[in-house]
Amino acid sequence: MSLATWIQPPFGPVQFWTLVVLSGLGTWMLRASFIQLAGAFQVPRWLSRALRYVPPAVLAALVVPALVQADALFTPAWDWTRPAAGAVAVAVAALTRRVILTLVVGMAALWTFSALGW
Amino acid sequence: MPPPASPSPAPESATGPDAGRGACLWAGVRAILPILPGIVPFALVAAYGAKEAGLSLAGALGLSTIVFAGAAQIAFVSLLATGAVAPVILATVLVINLRMVMYSASLAPHLRDAPWWARGLMSYIVTDQAYAVSITRFSDAPRMRHKAWFYMGTAAPLWIIWQVFTVAGMLAGAEVPPEWGLEFTVPLVFLVLLVPAMRDRPSIEAAVVGGGVAVMLAGLPFNLGLMIGGLSGIVWGVLAEDRQTRRQRRARARPGDRAAEQEADR
Repeated sequence: MSLATWIQPPFGPVQFWTLVVLSGLGTWMLRASFIQLAGAFQVPRWLSRALRYVPPAVLAALVVPALVQADALFTPAWDWTRPAAGAVAVAVAALTRRVILTLVVGMAALWTFSALGW
Repeated sequence: MPPPASPSPAPESATGPDAGRGACLWAGVRAILPILPGIVPFALVAAYGAKEAGLSLAGALGLSTIVFAGAAQIAFVSLLATGAVAPVILATVLVINLRMVMYSASLAPHLRDAPWWARGLMSYIVTDQAYAVSITRFSDAPRMRHKAWFYMGTAAPLWIIWQVFTVAGMLAGAEVPPEWGLEFTVPLVFLVLLVPAMRDRPSIEAAVVGGGVAVMLAGLPFNLGLMIGGLSGIVWGVLAEDRQTRRQRRARARPGDRAAEQEADR
């Protein structure tokens, strides 16, 4: 079998499953990287310092674009619904730190603002 | 001088130092419950994409169980449908999942005591959601004894829901009406987790930079905005901590300045 049949579509079942397994294996290696090595070596100081900032930095990078819907920046029709509902949720989250309450108020705000046709 | 009182709320008793394995597992399940409805539309979208790309039920389920990463799965099937070559598909999946390395490094010290095979299993089910919920609790309750069990409690239900709704989406073509905006619940939960993560000046700056960069780069493909935003925030946080330390040292060097001295002692 030539290399091209592995690289170029259309893929047969063998090629498809090989690609799935390689994707899964590669993804597992990314996930397992540090979890598997933990204990095998002393974590260097610079790394343990940097790790303290993973939660705030990554959580913000997950949250802010989802609330602001940033791709809307580049389309003429700016949708205010999500940023507005997000702002309400930010207030509730900051004041109460309660998951369910933030969910309920945030979703209620989203539906209300959509119904108002913002 | 006694340490300053922690600004975060008292760790929940369910995950205190004496909590057993079952209690920790159950606490993890309860912590992840509010996030589960939000991933249902996501799973259905992934299943729909797989169906459109011509995957069989076995193919779609194979992808969702072997890779188990939503954004990467959606990219996989849409590239497959457009006739991309295999190396491009593989590289795209891996780039999208690069952020998992950050989660792995962040979780590793907490899961260190588990046996290697359990760590292998726990690695397989690392997700944005399980990471965020677990790391938040671990910093609130640092003395929890069975952190691995708590983590499993958060991660396993996500896996189950993901597979169930992949099958449901493939069989029924079911779709949650998009105007419900159910996927909006996911950032809402992350938001609640973000608040206690911003516990001091450097971590607040890390969050501002991480979120700001991610928004500006949100148009980039492969989830790169999240990756670059996260990394920028981390680097900024470390630099901000250095700046804070230098400020405190300078203040300490100046005798007589009482407020500054107290600040430096913290």
